[in-house]
Amino acid sequence: MVTGGLRCLFVDLFEYQARDLLASHGVPVLPGGVAETPEQAEAIAREIAAPVVVKAQVKTGGRGKAGGVKLADDADEAKARAQDILGLDIKGHITQKVMVAQASDIAEEYYFSYLLDRSNRTFLAMASKEGGMDIEQLAVERPEALARIPVDASKGVDEAKAAEIVDAAGFPGEVRDQVIAIAVQLWDVFSKEDATLVEVNPLAKAPDGTVLALDAKVTLDENASFRQPEHAALEDAASADPLEAAAKEKDLNYVKLDGEVGIIGNGAGLVMSTLDVVAYAGEEFGGVKPANFLDIGGGASAEVMANGLHIILGDPAVKSVFVNVFGGITACDAVANGIVSALGILGDEATKPLVVRLDGNNVEEGRRILAEANHPLVTVVDTMDGAARRAAELAAA
Amino acid sequence: MSIFLNENSKVIVQGMTGSEGRKHTQRMLASGTAIVGGVNPRKAGESVDFDGTSVPVFGGVAEAMKETGADVSVIFVPPPYAKAAVIEAVDAQIGLAVVITEGIPVHDSTYFWAHAQGSSTRIIGPNCPGLISPGRSNAGIIPANITQAGKIGLVSKSGTLTYQMMYELRDIGFSTAVGIGGDPVIGTTHIDCLQAFQNDPETEAIVMIGEIGGDAEERAADFIKANVTKPVVGYVAGFTAPEGKTMGHAGAIVSGSAGTAQAKQEALEAAGVRVGKTPSETARLMREIVSS
Repeated sequence: MVTGGLRCLFVDLFEYQARDLLASHGVPVLPGGVAETPEQAEAIAREIAAPVVVKAQVKTGGRGKAGGVKLADDADEAKARAQDILGLDIKGHITQKVMVAQASDIAEEYYFSYLLDRSNRTFLAMASKEGGMDIEQLAVERPEALARIPVDASKGVDEAKAAEIVDAAGFPGEVRDQVIAIAVQLWDVFSKEDATLVEVNPLAKAPDGTVLALDAKVTLDENASFRQPEHAALEDAASADPLEAAAKEKDLNYVKLDGEVGIIGNGAGLVMSTLDVVAYAGEEFGGVKPANFLDIGGGASAEVMANGLHIILGDPAVKSVFVNVFGGITACDAVANGIVSALGILGDEATKPLVVRLDGNNVEEGRRILAEANHPLVTVVDTMDGAARRAAELAAA
Repeated sequence: MSIFLNENSKVIVQGMTGSEGRKHTQRMLASGTAIVGGVNPRKAGESVDFDGTSVPVFGGVAEAMKETGADVSVIFVPPPYAKAAVIEAVDAQIGLAVVITEGIPVHDSTYFWAHAQGSSTRIIGPNCPGLISPGRSNAGIIPANITQAGKIGLVSKSGTLTYQMMYELRDIGFSTAVGIGGDPVIGTTHIDCLQAFQNDPETEAIVMIGEIGGDAEERAADFIKANVTKPVVGYVAGFTAPEGKTMGHAGAIVSGSAGTAQAKQEALEAAGVRVGKTPSETARLMREIVSS
């Protein structure tokens, strides 16, 4: 769920969700549906009443090579292929759903995408008449075959702009008008759904000359949820880590990692830095690593601190906890009081050693409060590097 | 001297009457900032009292500028209305718009950035702590009392890492510290700040803090190599951050960079920037260059 550091939340959709979203904006797609059981797959295939393709719904590439995409001539075969694919492990992603779509003969394959071009602070359209293959490879090997046209965010894509993109990519004359219309519809998806990526690969020409979106990737911007209430339903709650789900309920920015030192800090940059410093220190103690990312934000109140500690202590892999707070607007004495009352709230639940490093405003008072509370689990270390080392050492013990 | 913000800056606050806006206006005033007005069309003509200082509320940015001579706006307007607030500030031709608001959709920030092209407004942020020229002016939410005026220039994507660095080097002090924010699309970049610090006679050395994602640090490294003669020390956060989901295949094609912390560190070091392994080591590297 996390792209671009640990700051901005962009949500990748499953292929079937992307397909539905495209279809709702008028983009031509083939008939199909999503199934969680072989029987459901069979029913969808029966309705389509034509050869189908059964595709694993996983948020990773290379599913074809992993056996996650199979053709089926009829409904019985679709059921059998769905049976094969459901449960399949594709690069660590367990397949829980398959999409069953009408199989299409393909005369030609193209590529089309809109995305955020962060370096140039604009949107970008990319298009090629040579789709289907790995587009990254195409971009490296034959960059001239991939047209890249910036799209001014304040102007968007109308028919004239779409024509500019389509002509730059040199689409064949017989599909030009169809692709222009699809380019406008895809812009509709990109702009109205607050997407940061809409990628169609392949955009295919069927033998009868019809152009269709056969596979699509869509990434949505979670910051836009206030005006995209229906996007909440697209979130993949089933495969979310239970601790991450619990944290989200408490409005905490938590990401589960695979180490042993629980981390709490304030501010995304400081917490990222804390992960690094703990990993460096951990090298000395048999490769101890951070167990999570948890940013409790600027406030660091007792309640937020207690919620954060509760999540971290719920992770059985955690052996020690490093609380790293810079006291700015919320000064260190308030943070220290927060830690002391959080430990009171947690009571017997707090069983792992806590290393606390406070710095910034009223730091002496903050350290005095912690010293006075004299909690048996708490060690105060003055520097970030020293505290990281101590937390790693405790996790390795 | 300082960059972008000085003792003559006249600051208005868009969203001053909201809870965040009110709290931070109070803090900015307490650190000596000339806050000359607030903007809220529904409360135009009223005024807000901050410990005895009465600050007038105007109906719009243009009116506030006309009445007060304001040249800086700090924006606390919530995400659904932030785009319109920034556009209003740009259209009023304010010199500097500091967008503190967190959680603005990237379609909105990309739009207001496009809208500001060719205008006379510099945008800092969004989702940033703002900037401070210690002892002179403070536009945003950076705690003013953790450092003092001095000769280091600081530019950072991260808020709390900015504070950490300001605090560690508080005996030497800062000309200006700019938190540019870590969103995918931001107004003022590392490069803009590096250029300004290079031209600022009071700044003797520069600390640059980056983090994973995008290619801003790599671009800044190229810029430093070609244009910056003052010493620069750097820090990059996110070596152990999870890679996360990639944006299809298209993202990597566009940026031409892996965006990893490692790649950023290597690019900076190749440009002659000394990069610290931890924030404290970075502060020590700075101490080898300038003393208090």
